[in-house]
Formats: sequence, structure tokens, C-alpha cells
Amino acid sequence: MSSDARQLPGEGGLRVDEVRLPGIGLRHDFQTHGGRRIGVVSHRTGQRDLLVYDRHDPDRCSESIPLRSEEADALAEILGAPRIVERLAALHEQVAGLASEEIGVAAGSPYDNRTLGDTQARTRTGASIVAVLRDEQVLPSPGPDFRFQGGDRVVVVGTREGIEAVGRIFTAG
Amino acid sequence: MHSGGIFVELGAIIFGLGILGRLARLIGLSPIPLYLLAGLAFGRGGIVPLTTSEDFLATGAEIGVILLLLLLGLEYSAAELLENLRAQAPAGVLNIVLNAAPGAIFGIVTGWPPAAVAAMAGVTYAASSGIAAKLLADLNRLGNRETPVVLSLLVLEDLSMAFYLPLLTALVAGASAGAAAVAEVIAVGAIGIVLLVALRLGHVINRLVFSSDDEVLLLRVFGLALLVAGIADHLQVSSAVGAFLIGIALSGRVAEGAHSVLAPLRDLFAAVFFVFFGLDTDPSLLPALLAPALLLAAITAATKMATGWWAARRAGIGPVGRVRAGTVLIARGEFNIVIAGLAAVAEPRLGPLAAGYVLILAITGPIIARVGEPIAQAVMDRLEKSPVRG
Repeated sequence: MSSDARQLPGEGGLRVDEVRLPGIGLRHDFQTHGGRRIGVVSHRTGQRDLLVYDRHDPDRCSESIPLRSEEADALAEILGAPRIVERLAALHEQVAGLASEEIGVAAGSPYDNRTLGDTQARTRTGASIVAVLRDEQVLPSPGPDFRFQGGDRVVVVGTREGIEAVGRIFTAG
Repeated sequence: MHSGGIFVELGAIIFGLGILGRLARLIGLSPIPLYLLAGLAFGRGGIVPLTTSEDFLATGAEIGVILLLLLLGLEYSAAELLENLRAQAPAGVLNIVLNAAPGAIFGIVTGWPPAAVAAMAGVTYAASSGIAAKLLADLNRLGNRETPVVLSLLVLEDLSMAFYLPLLTALVAGASAGAAAVAEVIAVGAIGIVLLVALRLGHVINRLVFSSDDEVLLLRVFGLALLVAGIADHLQVSSAVGAFLIGIALSGRVAEGAHSVLAPLRDLFAAVFFVFFGLDTDPSLLPALLAPALLLAAITAATKMATGWWAARRAGIGPVGRVRAGTVLIARGEFNIVIAGLAAVAEPRLGPLAAGYVLILAITGPIIARVGEPIAQAVMDRLEKSPVRG
């Protein structure tokens, strides 16, 4: 590791190195559990370079892929979204009495093709719908205009009773 | 009014530079060597001597130097400079010793005056941060682990210019040792004050200078840089260092905004500077100086390589990475010519020698940087295989 690297605390014992690149920006990199090193150069201009380090020469990047800000956002969302559900699971273990659960919206449910606002779920139950899983995708923080489809699974956070009440709304209206 | 003649000459020069710049990009070369050659062709003793536009070009060239150093200063914040100084000071010192010595020794052996010796030391010392930065981006090396070492060395070189240029300016002005020392003390004091003010009151300065209007920002920063450069010149401290310090003092969004609005202006006036340097250089002296230029180029390519190798090894980089770090630093370019231009009056052979030297290394440096890595890799592969037989 180069002498000017600063280590950032990561989750699960992961060590992320942060290195300043004078005149350019910052570089972050870490080693995966499989032994590969990956990283990102964050340019001051907003450009991001996705880095994959060489298997044989750990000093060298075998791939450096420039990403515009919207491309970097898209990649971050794809990588980060499933983590939201995992983090929620971790969160409700920490807060006593708070639970989270996935509830299915069956085709033909009273709220199939109706919006989140229509359910008035929060007002009626005190529980919150924090994400919707649809076609292998996570749609975080749905707004009141969000329209449910049959086959959706909603992630609900609240008390045990509140979550059950939300389940009844989707089955019985 | 006879400005028609000036416009025809200027227009022809600048349009010609546009064509050369395009040509340089096509063959993947820095445009600097082509600009220099153009200047040599047009200048005194060249193929087509210019007559009317030299006064304008002279002023334009000085503005070019000021803008080159202003934008260099804008790249870095005071905090970044100090951080790099702390982390890489030993490598920075080795860089000065190994790379300034060949130029200085050459000047002393040939019996040049002190100003020309000091200038020649600077000519062989400074790597081209412009060419190196472009190589790192083009070769996809920004993420490499030897790259922070390379960038740190370049930052320290730039910082050392702030101490070196005032000394050179004083020597060129024919100052006594005492007067040169005074100029250096003023410069060191100014650098210290600017770094301190930039660290403590940077946000206040930035707020005073900032404008979301590009035009206002351009005029404020450019005006401020010229003003400070002029004052520095009156104090016998180099005007370029004044502009550099303004660049250091500004940071954050002011620096970013100013950098983007001033960059085209810098490109124009820096091109004028390179041409003017070529104009002012007598090409008839060049052939006789070709052998020393080649010799110095070979020696200082090796010393830069050694500097990069050592600095990268110190940072725990493997052998192939050390070769990458060393070779990317070999190219010389803009600041070597700036230094030679500042001291050209001290010795008639300095300009042609520096021009030849930079022509050689600005062209071969990037080539060496490209082929260095595969060669080093091949050598490493062979070394790894050969002991297996035993």
C-alpha cells in the first residue's frame, strides 16, 4: 500500500483505502474477498473511473472505465438497491419492537393498479411502505403516486400489528 | 494606421498554429515541439523572418507565462501542497539533486555565466506536468498505484518553481549575490504568507473573488493575477511566481470556475509564448548544439527514470510500476522553455540548446513512457522463469 493512503472504516472488516490525486481528485479502492482489487477514481469534474486491478501486477489497472455522473448513479443504484433491504433487516434487529416484512400484492388485490396514496396505509396502520420489489428490482421510497401491480412485493416497516394490518389492506381492502 | 500588416502576420501565425496543433493531436504528440519549430522557422535567421508583430508577440508571450503559472497554481490548494511536501519531501529532494545537476554541470563546464548555469539546471530539472498528465489519462493509468507518487513529484516540482524562479530572475537581472538573496527572502516570505492566508482565510478570499458569472470571474481572476504579477516584477521577484501564488490562494469553486474560463486564454497565449521563444532563438546555432542536447537528454532521461523508480519503490510499488513511474516523468516541455525564455538574454546558446533539448524529450519522452511498461514486463517475466532451471 502506498504511504499516503488513508484507510476508511468499512462494513464487515472491509478496509477501503482513500488516496488523494493532486490536481485530479480522489481514489478509493479495496480488496474483494476473492482477492481482486477494485476501485474508483473520483475526478473533481464529476467524472468517475471504475477501476479493476490487474491479477498479476497489483499496482496496475487492467481496466479503467470512465463513467459520466448519470452512469455512475445508475451503477451505484444497481449495486446499492438490494442492500437497502439487507440494511433494513439489520435495522429492525436494533430497534426493539420494530419489524420489517415483505408482503405480496396478488393480482386482483383491491389495490392492484391503484396508488400508494389510495391505500392510506400509514394513516390507517402506522406502518410504512419503504420499498417495492418488482421484477428482480428494488424501487426504494415509493411516493404517494406509486402505482402497484399484481406480483409486487412491498417492504413494510412498523410494529408487528401494523404490518399485519397492511397485509389485510392488500388482501381485503 | 498600419495594423493591417500586423493582423496578417498574427493571423497567419495563429492559424498556422491551429493546423500544427491538429497535426500534433493526430500523431499523438504534444503540440509544444511543433510550436517551437514554427517559431524557429519564422524567427531571426529563420526561413521567413517576421517584421511587424514582434512587439505584440513579446507582450503576448509574457502574458502566456503568467497564465501558465496562474493555472498551475489553480490546480492545487495550499493544503494539498503542504500534504505532498510532508509525504514526498525525500523524493522531491532526490529529484532536484539528480535532475538539476546535469544541466548545472554542463553550464559550469562550458563556462557560462551564473544566470545561464542556474537556468540550465532548471531546464533539465523540470518534467512536463502537462505531458505527464495527458499520458496518465491516455494510458488509463490514473487508477494505478504508482500514479499518486508521480503526481506528488510533479506537485513538488511546481512548488519548487516558486522558490527557484525569483532566484533565476534576480541572477538574470545581474543582481549581486546580496540582492539575489534579498529577492529570495522576499519570495520565501511571500510564499509563506500566501500559504498561511490560503489555509486560514481561504474561504474569505474565495468569497470576495467568486462570481457565478463567467465573464466577471474571468476578468477578476485574470486582472488580479496580472496586477500581482506586475507588483512582483517591481519587487524584483519573478512576475510568474506572483501569478502562481494567486493561483494557490484561490481554491474550491473559484479555482474550478476560473480554471475552465481561463484555460482557452492560456492555450492561446502559451502558444504565442512558444512561438515567440522560437522567434527569439537563433536556429543557426542549433546544429552545433545538437550533440550536447542529445547527451543531456540521454543523461536526464536516465536520472528522471531513477527518480521515479526510487520514489515508487519507497511507496511499496513493484518493479514494473516503478518503470511506469520513471518513464512517464521523462518528457520535458512547457516549463523548461519558460525557464530558458526567462534567462535567454544571459547566454545566446541557452535558448537554442533548451529548444533542442525539449524537442528531443517532448517527442521521445511519451514514446519511452509507452514502450517502457511492456519491456519491463517482459524482463520481469524472463527473470521469473530463468531461476526455475536450477
